[in-house]
Amino acid sequence: MGIIKTAKLVYEYARRDEDNNIVETVRAVDNVDMDVQAGEFIAVLGRNGSGKSTIAKHLNALLVPSSGTVWIGEMDTRDENHLWDIRQTAGMVFQNPDNQIIASVVEEDVGFGPENMGIPSEEIWKRVDTALQAVGMTAYRKRSPNHLSGGQKQRIAIAGVMAMKPRCIVLDEPTAMLDPNGRKEVIRTVHELNQKEGITVILITHYMEETVDADRVIVVDGGVVKMTGTPREIFSRVEELKALHLDVPQVTELAYELKKEGVDLPDGILTIPELVSALCQ
Amino acid sequence: MLKDMTLGQFYPVDSVIHRLDPRTKLSATMLYIISLFIANNIYCYVAAFLFLVFCTAMSRVPWKYMAKGLKPIFYLMALSVIFNLFLTGGEPVLFQWSIFRITGPGVRQAFFMALRLVFLVMGSALMTYTTTPTSLTDGMEKGLRFLKVFKVPVHEIAMMMSIALRFIPILAEEADKIQKAQMARGASFEEGNIIQRAKSMIPLLVPLFISAFRRATDLAMAMEARCYHGGEGRTKMVPLRYVHRDYLAYLILFGYLALIIALRIIL
Repeated sequence: MGIIKTAKLVYEYARRDEDNNIVETVRAVDNVDMDVQAGEFIAVLGRNGSGKSTIAKHLNALLVPSSGTVWIGEMDTRDENHLWDIRQTAGMVFQNPDNQIIASVVEEDVGFGPENMGIPSEEIWKRVDTALQAVGMTAYRKRSPNHLSGGQKQRIAIAGVMAMKPRCIVLDEPTAMLDPNGRKEVIRTVHELNQKEGITVILITHYMEETVDADRVIVVDGGVVKMTGTPREIFSRVEELKALHLDVPQVTELAYELKKEGVDLPDGILTIPELVSALCQ
Repeated sequence: MLKDMTLGQFYPVDSVIHRLDPRTKLSATMLYIISLFIANNIYCYVAAFLFLVFCTAMSRVPWKYMAKGLKPIFYLMALSVIFNLFLTGGEPVLFQWSIFRITGPGVRQAFFMALRLVFLVMGSALMTYTTTPTSLTDGMEKGLRFLKVFKVPVHEIAMMMSIALRFIPILAEEADKIQKAQMARGASFEEGNIIQRAKSMIPLLVPLFISAFRRATDLAMAMEARCYHGGEGRTKMVPLRYVHRDYLAYLILFGYLALIIALRIIL
């Protein structure tokens, strides 16, 4: 069994009107089966309201399933006794960098998680050092987070999770509020952690470009898993993606259009060099 | 810039006073205030003054800076001086004009009251000049832990204070943004009388509150995700620990307090 596994995960919530009467029950997540192996880099793709964030919150036991089961490192998220172990195993980074930094000094914020876990002070400092180094923010350790750019703040948030020594990081649209440079910075950091430290990454996003380097892409729509496969497999199904109101990366789309016009190209071209070499043959 | 806004009025130099444990400084301030209320003759006030001079010199906070703290209480001070001056009875009467009368005890009382206020403000200002808001919250959390017996949520209050400190600049910046957005749509914040101006703050405050609540929800979730579950079983990165200089400071402090009490009883 992998590090994260969901079986028939369903999450329903009730929509209420002003008098608190239940208007309807909405099924935000519908029968999702997922199995993530340790060390994998998974991208979960979906448009706004597709239920991808709801799935993410289940992986950290912030939400518990209405039915079905979620296991994090063989612990059932419904088991309250393991709540803190689960949150320690699967750390979570959120969308808004400002709203997840607690302390007024960078290093204190990184130490917040370990402090909560009751780790001795000397060990916390060691972890803070390593975590800041892993995201390349050591130079900013004494600064106030208010003086950092969005990308830097997100890297601090990632360091804050890393200091808890998780086996897996779930990132819930970490780049949605960042400029293109910040976005690259964060995605690069996440890939580094995945490759160097062997951290399992679940990246939730609606930017196609960020999913290209993932090991596996899961496409979600309406709370249901619509497609799953390697980026190459997914992006060769241009028509299906468009039907789900998702765009494919520009290069892939260009290749797709060229192919439709009769140019002989393979399916699922993901990068510019790939397209260039395919065209020059 | 709002981003650079500092809270409190920390004066960043390195001195013995700056390095003292925040708990030491908190109790020192408390005891100093108490000593001011024990004082009842000029010798006590001289002692209190010398103690303040001593601490300020040690803290390397410039005098000009210390005096600046007095500005906001000027009116309060003037008022209390006037009341004490005219409303204290007794003999001898120094000056009489219709119902206004200045007496010897009145002058004495007014003078002491002014001194007491000045020392009180300067003493507590010295603490805020030499202690960062973060360490002040830490000090309060640990120093007031005994209040837990009375079911006072000390850790929670300290956590709330430190979160407030982090978010005040963010919210101030946001208020600024909202104000500009409203101004771009024709709202005016600087016209009209005081009531109109207060009313024009509503379109600024409502969105600000909504956004603050939204941030609070996000933050609560982020804290939970990072295993926050109250003060129970929590460790500190920088645990507060009394060192030699703190014991020395307490010694000086109690010496000073004893002196004040002695001066009051003897003289």
